[in-house]
Amino acid sequence: MISWLEMIGARALKIVNDLGRAGMFFFWSVVGIFRPPYKLSPIIKQIYVIGATSFTVIFFTGAFVGMVLGLQGYHTLKMYGAEGALGSAVSLSLIRELGPVLTALMVTGRVGSAICAEVGIMRISEQIDALECMAIDPYRFLISPKFVASVFSLPLLTAIFNLVGIAGGYLVGVHLLGANEGAYLATMKSAVMMEDIWMCFAKSICFAVLIVWICADRGYWVHLNADGYGAEGVSRATTHAVVISSVAILVFDYVITSLML
Amino acid sequence: MAKKNFSVEFVVGVFILIGFLAIAYMTINLGGVIMPGNRFTHVYAQFNSVTGLKEGAQVEIAGVPVGKVNRIYLDEDEMATVELLIDPKVKLQTDVIASVKTQGIIGDKYIKISPGGDEEYLKDGDRITETESAIDLEELISKYVFGGVK
Amino acid sequence: MATCENCCIELVEIRKSFGAQEVLKGVNLPIRRGLTTVIVGESGQGKSVLLKHILGLVTPDSGQVLVEGQDVARLRGRALKELRTRFGVLFQGAALFDSMTVFDNIALPLRERTRMPAAKIKDKVYATLDLLDLRGSEDKFPAQLSGGMKKRVGLARALQLDPEIMLFDEPTTGLDPVRSREVYEMFHQTQQKLGYTSIIVSHDIPKIFNLADYIALLHNGVIQACATPEDMQRCQKPVVKAFIRRVMGEMYTSEIEAQEFARGI
Repeated sequence: MISWLEMIGARALKIVNDLGRAGMFFFWSVVGIFRPPYKLSPIIKQIYVIGATSFTVIFFTGAFVGMVLGLQGYHTLKMYGAEGALGSAVSLSLIRELGPVLTALMVTGRVGSAICAEVGIMRISEQIDALECMAIDPYRFLISPKFVASVFSLPLLTAIFNLVGIAGGYLVGVHLLGANEGAYLATMKSAVMMEDIWMCFAKSICFAVLIVWICADRGYWVHLNADGYGAEGVSRATTHAVVISSVAILVFDYVITSLML
Repeated sequence: MAKKNFSVEFVVGVFILIGFLAIAYMTINLGGVIMPGNRFTHVYAQFNSVTGLKEGAQVEIAGVPVGKVNRIYLDEDEMATVELLIDPKVKLQTDVIASVKTQGIIGDKYIKISPGGDEEYLKDGDRITETESAIDLEELISKYVFGGVK
Repeated sequence: MATCENCCIELVEIRKSFGAQEVLKGVNLPIRRGLTTVIVGESGQGKSVLLKHILGLVTPDSGQVLVEGQDVARLRGRALKELRTRFGVLFQGAALFDSMTVFDNIALPLRERTRMPAAKIKDKVYATLDLLDLRGSEDKFPAQLSGGMKKRVGLARALQLDPEIMLFDEPTTGLDPVRSREVYEMFHQTQQKLGYTSIIVSHDIPKIFNLADYIALLHNGVIQACATPEDMQRCQKPVVKAFIRRVMGEMYTSEIEAQEFARGI
């Protein structure tokens, strides 16, 4: 009985401890952004890794999500004779929810895992210790550029996702199924408000922070996890990081939506 | 490495360009952000009820879009007041009638302006005096059903 | 506060536990300036942990690490940064940055920690490349290098900020006998030229005796003896004796191996 309680207590303490460490991690990473020397090239490199190389994935997922929305939306709306509203249905669901969430989930899978593995490998091969020994702030050198690049890239990727999705919905709804072309565009324009677009970007910026925070943090402290060392520890941390940040994205999606609606 | 470096920067540049174009399209075309430099005539109209009307809804004259609803608020007389942004090329006579209308059967509400015959025109900040409130379908039906029609 | 002459680092009663396990149980060790001190001991005795204490990467539960009279554990921010620039470290796996070329790896401390212009950095890096016989590999990536080359690149990087003290963590792990001899020769030569104090953690025991000025034996969480190699062999303390006996046996067999190798068997 006592050992049971002890176990629960130890777990709770560990969670609180991990959270505190993650908070410190975030703090020092943000401080790192403002620490000289300021260099643009690591940020550009990270934008390349996080943003530019995700373009193809985002393009295709966006296109197919938009197309399936067009397909589903058309048949559902047709039952009520409201297929004219297809444009607003597709564009609103993309801009408010699917665009930012799916982009963030794709980026987590593609980039978040890579960030966690990269940082984790740097930790276990003592590269982070080496940085500290050279008196180079590892946060500033490794983590801060990732935060900046992610916050910069994710809204761009989300915007691309949305537009490609809207075009995909247009393609299916108007050209394949024969919804009214003018109605698609007109309802889309009148339905989408500036608040929806703000919400879209607020979400994607928040998700951008979450992805890098969770994934880099998991990798950075990989040596402190008791459930696996070395390569195994890194692979576990990576899986863990992707799962946590995916769940966090969906949780925060709900929170932001409820705050902004 | 130098060559590779160049290509990284180039790819990032292309990515940023495409991304910004996408954002610009979204905000300007879909979000209907008013670009600085685009000037509008501000006109106000008081209604008993604007049920279903949303900020950003269209303003039409004879089916032609001429502006949009910028703001909806309750004024000191507890009347719904709507701020309209009208294309300055369109001149509104002082006796125009603004009415809240519905597009399609479940469609959005919009403001229809019926032209008047006055010689004088509304200026920026003026008020449309003649208005027609939204038709409340429910209220209308209940009036018929319960015999409230005079 | 104990101080000793000619010491640049002094460890005083260092204790450190990980969980329930006490790894260091009161370590006392003076490190003499300009000389080579080798910390030996079987694996799992906390030798690397001891190195991390000296660098301030790990703080002791109790005791002090005095570097030039300053307690490392009490230093923060800029003072710690300054202290660390006096150290050069060669990690066990060399800890090179995988995504950078050899040149960028070596240039990193200069680029990040100094305001040296690019041309000067280039000169300095090339000078080190020449010193360590690495010319021609500057555009390679760490993954393309052999183990011995990696160690040399790691040493080159550690030397960029002109350290007063060099720390080597298991420098010959994963190297064959010929390569490890090369690495030791390289250490010896660079130390002759640059005159730094060096601390080597190793379990490559017979060979390291030639290189060491002092040998410290870490066993059961304390330093059992710290003396010159000759005194070490004459020491009468049972723990040290047992250790030396094991070591000497190894030396004997490894000499036979070396002879066979020379004859081409």
